Amino acid sequence: MSDFELPPEPGSTRLVATLTVAGLLAGLLLASTYALTLPAIEANAAAALQRAVFQVVPGTTAMRKLVLTGGRFVPADGSEAKDAVAVYAAYGDGGRFLGYAIPGQGPGFQDTIKLLFGYDPQRELVVGMQVLDSRETPGLGDKIFKDPAFAREFAALAVRPEAVVVKHGTGTLPNQVDGITGATISSKAVVRIVNERCAGLLDKLPAAAEVPPAPKEESR
Amino acid sequence: MNAPSSPAEAARLHAEFVKGLWRENPVFVQVLGMCPTLAVTNSAINALAMGAATTAVLACSSLLVSLLGRFIPAQVRISTYVIVIATFVTVVDFVLQAILPDVHKELGAFLALIVVNCLILGRQEAFASKNPPLAAVLDALGMGLGFLFALLCLGATREVLGNGSLFGIDLFGPAFEPWVVMVLPPGGFLMLGLILLLFSWRLQRRAAAAAEEKR
Repeated sequence: MSDFELPPEPGSTRLVATLTVAGLLAGLLLASTYALTLPAIEANAAAALQRAVFQVVPGTTAMRKLVLTGGRFVPADGSEAKDAVAVYAAYGDGGRFLGYAIPGQGPGFQDTIKLLFGYDPQRELVVGMQVLDSRETPGLGDKIFKDPAFAREFAALAVRPEAVVVKHGTGTLPNQVDGITGATISSKAVVRIVNERCAGLLDKLPAAAEVPPAPKEESR
Repeated sequence: MNAPSSPAEAARLHAEFVKGLWRENPVFVQVLGMCPTLAVTNSAINALAMGAATTAVLACSSLLVSLLGRFIPAQVRISTYVIVIATFVTVVDFVLQAILPDVHKELGAFLALIVVNCLILGRQEAFASKNPPLAAVLDALGMGLGFLFALLCLGATREVLGNGSLFGIDLFGPAFEPWVVMVLPPGGFLMLGLILLLFSWRLQRRAAAAAEEKR
């Protein structure tokens, strides 16, 4: 490109005009694409969340979002602050309350790990866990969501006083999680996120008897 | 865009398309766009998605730059190309989020980084701005598919060796001990180095054979 000879300078008005027009057209195209794709993107995010809730609390057929306002959880009505702490009450057939799906996040090995776990207040057990977003090392740390055996560790996990990670294959007690060989930091990060969330929220969750009833229109 | 008017024209267009696939392959021969080549080729499906996204951006940008090239003053051409490319990258980003959220999640930040893939800017500067739309699009498609092919070669070999699977399908069963290093960043460098070695060895042999023939 060194032999490229610039034609005479066309005057700065023309240069500014060209870039302005290019910017305007680009903005127009982006705004319309955004408007066109936004409904689908939001629907995808909602569907992904619903799938995750249904998975971490086995047997769920309906859910209701609860937000923390003034120290207690109330059904979300759209008026809550955007960053309000939220949990999802999960209901089975016939509107029977099953448990909560609780989102949590914290630092992993490389980047923030976002996850969702199910908690059954009647049995006081974590009943499921799914990693929603992470950038853990491929082949090692990513086993926190690729290895089904690790997910099974959360199928009935005691979290009071807290869950602990032990060397792979040595977990025997209900509050022990078999760590992933080669991904100790990632395994511990997941358990730490679950512990922190439990310590902060479990006492604030409405007791099983006080949970708001299942939403009328059962969405599947 | 008019249909090619003569066989010679058709042959030229065909050549513009084909050159990017192999002879001037953007990765193996021009060694352009190394960031995505190394970063997202840890599985075949990621490589395929990145190649397809890059091809789409490249083709759209080349078409627009070829159509508008003569209205753009030379002093601001690079800035204008970058605006065009960034716009299409963002469009692809939104579209992927809307229709293939899983792929979008896998590619993550690297999707936005298509903007700085020098392959795309390079094609605008070296080809699209000086050629008619049809030739520009064919050149872009050839280069894009060549890029996709190269990424797929790397992605497939790295996934097979590093994870024992191809496109997520387990190949060897539980007895296979994966070479985890192949799906980590060093594996990208190793594999790319090996493939480039193979390419230059082939070129050298061919040059030697041609010299032999002349004598």
